[in-house]
Amino acid sequence: MKLTRRDALAMGLGATVVAMLPMRLSAAADDAIMAYTGGAEAGEGDITLTAPEIAENGNTVPIGVAAPGAVEIMVLALANPSPDVALFKFGPAAGAQAAKTRIRLAGTQDVVAIAKMPDGSFIKTSQSVKVTIGGCGG
Amino acid sequence: MRKTLIATGLAAICLAGPALADPADMPLVIEGQEMISTVKAPDYIPGLDTAYSGWLFRSEETQALEIDDFENPGMPAVDYGLELWTTADGSEGKSCADCHGDISEMAGVRTTMPKVNEDGQLWAMENYINDCRVNRMGAEPWKWTKSPEMLGMTAAIGLQSRGMPMNVAVDGAAAPFWKQGEELYYTRVGQLDMSCANCHEDNYGNYIRADHLSQGQINGFPTYRLKWGGLGSIHRRFKGCMKNIRAEPYKPGGPEFLALELYVASRGNGLSVETPAVRN
Amino acid sequence: MATGVKPRVKVPKTAAAGDVITIKTLISHKMESGNRKDKDGNKIPRSIINRFTCDFNGTSVIDMTMYPAISTNPYVEFQAKVDASGEFKFTWYDDDGDIYEAAKSISVS
Repeated sequence: MKLTRRDALAMGLGATVVAMLPMRLSAAADDAIMAYTGGAEAGEGDITLTAPEIAENGNTVPIGVAAPGAVEIMVLALANPSPDVALFKFGPAAGAQAAKTRIRLAGTQDVVAIAKMPDGSFIKTSQSVKVTIGGCGG
Repeated sequence: MRKTLIATGLAAICLAGPALADPADMPLVIEGQEMISTVKAPDYIPGLDTAYSGWLFRSEETQALEIDDFENPGMPAVDYGLELWTTADGSEGKSCADCHGDISEMAGVRTTMPKVNEDGQLWAMENYINDCRVNRMGAEPWKWTKSPEMLGMTAAIGLQSRGMPMNVAVDGAAAPFWKQGEELYYTRVGQLDMSCANCHEDNYGNYIRADHLSQGQINGFPTYRLKWGGLGSIHRRFKGCMKNIRAEPYKPGGPEFLALELYVASRGNGLSVETPAVRN
Repeated sequence: MATGVKPRVKVPKTAAAGDVITIKTLISHKMESGNRKDKDGNKIPRSIINRFTCDFNGTSVIDMTMYPAISTNPYVEFQAKVDASGEFKFTWYDDDGDIYEAAKSISVS
């Protein structure tokens, strides 16, 4: 793949993002985050992602996100067939920029939450969720 | 590979898990109603000292889904059952409500199922429902497993008994069926050559790969299983278990599963009905 | 047309002006992801609820885009700020064009 200057610039930023995350991400994971932020860096900030450490079943994993003051929060599951999970946009009548839902995880992976702030900047957080393969199905 | 498994026995695939937390620390309270989730096992079940609800073996997140009727993902199916209860169906133009009144009149029914009917046959709730449909409503019978109508109805009726202790009869006319069920429970089958007891009596509390083994109680059926992404019946679960040990499963609604349902229900006599329960 | 799709919503009946309340919603929907295959090995096409919105007296509370990674029977819990009595309107948009709605009133003192 021939790199354009834009690509190189994006990947340069990507490297910074990777350095800031606690776990190493693949290039595809970077792409997923970049696809949402449009190439902008996502820093640390007041954003919380609540997810179980071990999910009893990958079908139904309860998660929660919160980012006070955010315009919207994007949730990604980096190793799913497609990383997009949910995009929460908060309106004027929202009591908090927070939401809970239940998601599908194809296997053990990082779940990432990225919030877009009113000034156009992004903050993010992530958590690794272990998804078990049961011994008995039935 | 299979011979190795049989030869090595369950030790190969069962890992000792964390000791079961003191059930007294984990009361199961659903919508403000306290459930009996731990009870002394009946005398006729010498293999168990204490009967534990399957709820106690699940992760915190899964447990949380059962204690609130709004969060319980099995409830939309109950809504459907409640709707069916008052909807006329069949040539006679009757609904369940026309004969039975409000569904709350069904309180207690789930606790005695399956039971021996007037003609000496062992019947589960599904049999009673279809008997009404065919013989009194002039309607088509519902399929035993995976029928949204049957599942919704058995869940809605089961819910009316939630909190009440299971109380199936094991003596009198039920005795021969119960004996048959007991024999099935302890008979090894399939390529993995395992019986129900190998996991659910000998190894509950341990892990089989990543599953925390329960006693295999059925007081919460039909149950919303996360794996199924929906409600499922007792016989569906039995069938799945048999397939897991590479055995030819018995037929849902057939005599073997009915006898097994009676026996397994009796192993949990005293536990509260939790229908619709949430499991993994 | 998706069958058997039923929404349920839980909203407090009353609140004080300025309160932040919790709203829970659930809709029974298979959420066919498009990743599963049928017995013959053919991909079962995607068919999901792709968007959920909640308005209070016409003002947006939340607008959620759902992707196939949202579980069967989508559950969404969120907060709303109420300053006056009124009505919450909930809307779910299905891939197949169907729209499911629910509404709940709240009395605010």
